[in-house]
Amino acid sequence: MSIDMSQFHEAFFDESFEGLEIMESELLTLDVGAGDAEIINTIFRAAHSIKGGAGTFGFMNVSEFTHVMETLLDEMRDGSRDVTQFAVDSLLESIDVLRTMLESARDNTEVDEEMVAARYAVLNGILKGEQGDSSVKEVEAPSLAEASTEKPVGAGWEISFIPHTNLLMAGNDPVRMFRALSELGELRATVDYSNLQPFNELVPEDLYLSWLLTLTGDILQADIEEVFEWVEDDCDLTITPLAANVQSEPLVVIESEPETIEPVQVSAVTSVKEQVSENSVADNASVNKKPATKPKKATESASIRVGIDKVDEIINLVGELVITQSMLDQVGEDLEANAEVASSGAECGSQKTNADILLRLSKGLAQLERNTRELQDGVMRIRMLPISFVFSRMPRLVHDLSSKLNKKIELLVSGEETELDKTVMENIGDPLVHLVRNALDHGVETPDIRLAAGKAEVGTLSLNAYHQGGNVIIEIKDDGAGINKAKVRAKAIEKGIISETDHLTDDEINHLIFAPGFSTADVVSDVSGRGVGMDVVKTSINKLGGRVVVESEEGKGSVFTIRLPLTLAILDGQLVTVGSESYVIPLIAIIESLQIDRAQINAVAGKAEVYKLRDEYIPIIRARAVFGLEDNKADLHESLMVIVEVDGAPVGIIVDDLQGQQQVVIKSLETNYRKVETMSGATILGDGTVALIWDVNGMVNVHKKKLNNGVIKA
Amino acid sequence: MSTSLEPVSDDVEANDNIHENQYLTFLLGDEEYGVDILRVQEIRGWDSVTTIPNAPAFIKGVINLRGTIVSILDLRERFGIESVDYNELTVVVVLRVKGEGKDRIMGVVVDAVSEVYHIAENDLKDPPDLGYAINMDYMKGMATVDNKMVSILDIDQLMSLKDIDSATESGEKA
Repeated sequence: MSIDMSQFHEAFFDESFEGLEIMESELLTLDVGAGDAEIINTIFRAAHSIKGGAGTFGFMNVSEFTHVMETLLDEMRDGSRDVTQFAVDSLLESIDVLRTMLESARDNTEVDEEMVAARYAVLNGILKGEQGDSSVKEVEAPSLAEASTEKPVGAGWEISFIPHTNLLMAGNDPVRMFRALSELGELRATVDYSNLQPFNELVPEDLYLSWLLTLTGDILQADIEEVFEWVEDDCDLTITPLAANVQSEPLVVIESEPETIEPVQVSAVTSVKEQVSENSVADNASVNKKPATKPKKATESASIRVGIDKVDEIINLVGELVITQSMLDQVGEDLEANAEVASSGAECGSQKTNADILLRLSKGLAQLERNTRELQDGVMRIRMLPISFVFSRMPRLVHDLSSKLNKKIELLVSGEETELDKTVMENIGDPLVHLVRNALDHGVETPDIRLAAGKAEVGTLSLNAYHQGGNVIIEIKDDGAGINKAKVRAKAIEKGIISETDHLTDDEINHLIFAPGFSTADVVSDVSGRGVGMDVVKTSINKLGGRVVVESEEGKGSVFTIRLPLTLAILDGQLVTVGSESYVIPLIAIIESLQIDRAQINAVAGKAEVYKLRDEYIPIIRARAVFGLEDNKADLHESLMVIVEVDGAPVGIIVDDLQGQQQVVIKSLETNYRKVETMSGATILGDGTVALIWDVNGMVNVHKKKLNNGVIKA
Repeated sequence: MSTSLEPVSDDVEANDNIHENQYLTFLLGDEEYGVDILRVQEIRGWDSVTTIPNAPAFIKGVINLRGTIVSILDLRERFGIESVDYNELTVVVVLRVKGEGKDRIMGVVVDAVSEVYHIAENDLKDPPDLGYAINMDYMKGMATVDNKMVSILDIDQLMSLKDIDSATESGEKA
């Protein structure tokens, strides 16, 4: 075959991971006891596609593993097996294993064989009818063979395998089959070489041997038959259940000439395996031992699946753009014609007047503007995915955590269809998982505490997403204990984040949880509470140009609100002037802009200036001072101030002038220069000049540093 | 330090010693400097730039080069030579600079471009360390062409932004 299959790998992995997600979410909706046939069918189909794909692309471990899962699902589907909680949990864990296997296949890394083996053992256990005492669940089998020895010995099969002499001709290798058998259980092989020809008559391509095999362990007859599937017609095969006493069973094959034959006891699995390893080194190498190349981490999937409707929409928009273009073209021609007429001096009544043309021109330009904007939106939408891609992880997380933490939690998800830029999506997953974990671990109480507090036994965690004015808002809300302000305050003082004398508003105390190195969990659990986390959550959200705020009421619960830009490529900005340059302030950071009233300015300790806005005191930062420019208005009277939000608190930045608001395309400053602390990037304005985009957090930091260094005197 | 030089020296070893490189030279006052012509992306007239707040004086700012943001560096300021007003001859040489795993596009402001010279690798002499006006790290060597002395610059070192630390930004040296 000359087709390079690897070109389809990416699509296969994408689809498989999607399939896994489907399986996962469907399993979570599956009611224990009464399995909805339709749901099981969906899971089965997903598993089946993965199996088929994996088989096609040669990821045999994946396809074999999926096959076992599929068998279990199949039995559930036709009703011959009950849907038990244990089976569902096992399947969920198997999905995790399968995901790891697929990831290793994709990244060309080694699979953790032990983990896979342990999972095989559990699945086979279920198939065999074990109803999941937790000991089986915890089985850590170092190898397949040992895993099966831990099962009750006694059950097993006796296989009489008498191959026809031509078996080898079809490319079948008994050793390979024995190896497959040895993976099912403990294998004892007894060879009968009575038919072996004298050396001078021996045809090397013929097979004269036959075997009597005893296979102990919990094995399905079907599995054994599958091993012999390809040789059925080339041998005499009898599979009989093994009685409790193996020895009492007559050795069928050698019965004919018992005196002459010394049964060669191939000492169990190990020998067979040795033989195997000799005979099929190449085979092994290709299957198990991927060359120890450096595990190169596959880059975040570079492809994107786009709904055909979105593509059609863009095609429509481009069509309109072409129409607008030809319309403007016509205007241009008319103008040219008019100019010719004017220069020739002749007056012609049929000519369109310039005023008429001008009207059409402005109409055309307006249309062009609309087309451009719509096209931009359309192209942006290609990158947009529904947030359900992230939300879909949550039911599983809640399911796993609530059982681990012995809490009862109901998860309510809404707004899954809210769309978000792919890059934002990829980076928001982990912070969201973290917030959900925290809500479960620290927020929602255990049932007894909840009942004592007069709340419903089952806690509620709701995830909600919606669009609000060019932003995406994600809310994570729990009805748990809320943030214990006294505890947070005490902890913050202990960690030196605030001092004893600091007076903080409730809101400020709540936001202390985002400070680096802060954790109030009494016990560091493996769920959360290591003190890394909330600050990381905050940093990663800030990196995306978003903000996170928390509202909390003790005893009632907390709400974390994440506000994210729709996309990372375009930003709504406010143009301002400082000195001779124009800058862009991201609108998402701006609370309001106002003209300063001198009377409201106060200096604190002769150092920092604050502005009294309504009931709040807002620190003032002079942009000129931050940029090291001469101050033009020392008393700031009637200066323009843009109030931005930095770390949840307002800060006023004095600018020279406010210009319009405009959407700008974000360009990196780092590509060809370096990180500038006060700037998050650059953009190109309508006249082709570059304007830098402010990073208001950076502005505040630089201001602080300059203030401390005495570069700025207030 | 020497890592960024490797591509060039590899090149020499691969060929023989009489291998010639082409250098574009430009003027700073009376002095003539050369850069590897393969690194020159384009030469354009001086145009106004957008200044970067708190950047060192030799960083003039950034321009829009067909949709990419490119920073512009003034070579006179970089070398600490007395600066002159920009005039119609002032040009920006846009260079491809290698550094820390990625290539950057940067422009240098020079008084005027001069010539393209072929200079054999072994005609390139180590510069004498005589309290020369510019930092020796920026020099790849010197050559004499038509009785004129040309200093060949190591642009990767020259354009490295390593020594702009955040201290500059916070105004400690301002």
